[in-house]
Amino acid sequence: MFAGPIQELVDELGRLPGVGPKSAQRIAFHLLEVSKEEALRLAASIAEVKDRIRLCERCFNVAESELCAVCSDTRRDLSIVCVVEDPRDVVAVERTREFHGLYHVLGGALNPIDGIGPEQLRVRDLLVRLSDDGIVEVILCTNPNLEGEATAMYLARLLSPLGIRVTRIASGLPVGGDLEYADELTLGRALVGRREMSG
Amino acid sequence: MATFRDEGVVLRTMKLGEADRIVTFVTPDHGKVRAVAKGIRKPKSKLAGQLEPITHVTMMCWKGRELDVVQQVQVIDHFKAIREDLDRMPAAFTMLEAVDLVAVERQPMPGLFKTLTGALRTLAEGTGPVLLGAFLFRLLDLEGVGPIVDSCASCSEDAPLVAFDEHAGGFLCRSCRSGQPVAPETVELVRQIVGGQLRQALAAPPSRATAEVERIATLTMEYHLDRQLRSAHLAPGPQ
Repeated sequence: MFAGPIQELVDELGRLPGVGPKSAQRIAFHLLEVSKEEALRLAASIAEVKDRIRLCERCFNVAESELCAVCSDTRRDLSIVCVVEDPRDVVAVERTREFHGLYHVLGGALNPIDGIGPEQLRVRDLLVRLSDDGIVEVILCTNPNLEGEATAMYLARLLSPLGIRVTRIASGLPVGGDLEYADELTLGRALVGRREMSG
Repeated sequence: MATFRDEGVVLRTMKLGEADRIVTFVTPDHGKVRAVAKGIRKPKSKLAGQLEPITHVTMMCWKGRELDVVQQVQVIDHFKAIREDLDRMPAAFTMLEAVDLVAVERQPMPGLFKTLTGALRTLAEGTGPVLLGAFLFRLLDLEGVGPIVDSCASCSEDAPLVAFDEHAGGFLCRSCRSGQPVAPETVELVRQIVGGQLRQALAAPPSRATAEVERIATLTMEYHLDRQLRSAHLAPGPQ
């Protein structure tokens, strides 16, 4: 146990994801050692994030105003929506520079064992969006794991009758990967989702 | 570091740190095993596709104090038919959740393991309406709390059984009845399930009785676990 404020800081840091008691101590003592300005800069940016960041009213991505940077960008293609699990997935897709449409952040994936069903996700909001806007294609961009696939299958079944084109991101081998080490499921999918090449 | 080999079915996974996951298996010789799969969340991880829930594997792990570490994995069955069918998935998840709650760490559970792999194989082959109920009753039976089906659970009279009460531990006659009223076909189905005529019970077409079997099996399981099976109560998918 340390003196009051240090222990409080260690306890607070220890609540962060992936930070155990030892790491919390290390960070706390690092903060103690750095200059006051540097420590207060961290405190200020935490306060600022909590004050200024909220969820976009349209797509539920993180935003500084009513709409996020993507939704308020007039150059985006309004007819395609990419459905992702998490705001961090928006950043991942944006990094590809291959997608120019809008997003919809579900806030997770179906996970029956953890009690996460469609009601706990922003599925209803997606349906409302699809009925209002002139959206012609929905790309299901959930993680290629069991929960993400289940979510994609659920949404595909829900959205197909609406007459909207529903697509799923491809899955297969990573660039630079080695066939020999690929697992059967991934390699199998890569084969099923093969595309034609012309010379 | 000591290693061990065993078969296992992946029950659930949970994120750990930057790129790892804690994978929970049920195994025949080591009971429930919780092991760290290092780097599994990285796209190039060769473990990633092999340690998804509902996968039957053989594995080699390093034995740790609290958590083991997955070293090698080979898939025996992905149960592809289940994971690609939204209608079969809820039953599979309920099975995994029940096993996760029942299984004890590092205690051999060959019966439980065999029941689970058998049920998953059956589910992958088709959707018997009574399968989930039968699985839960078999699980209860393995735990020594199977339902009383031959006579009234309260007065032991050999009278026609008309109700099911999980608190009483089985079916009840007309004079003792409490809990859920049930059809005679339901009693017969549960008798077949716990009496070794599983194949016959699984062949039953969907009916009020098959729905009742699933309902009372879920109720009984939840009563003995003293908690809800989350997977069994989620809103059903769009039809």
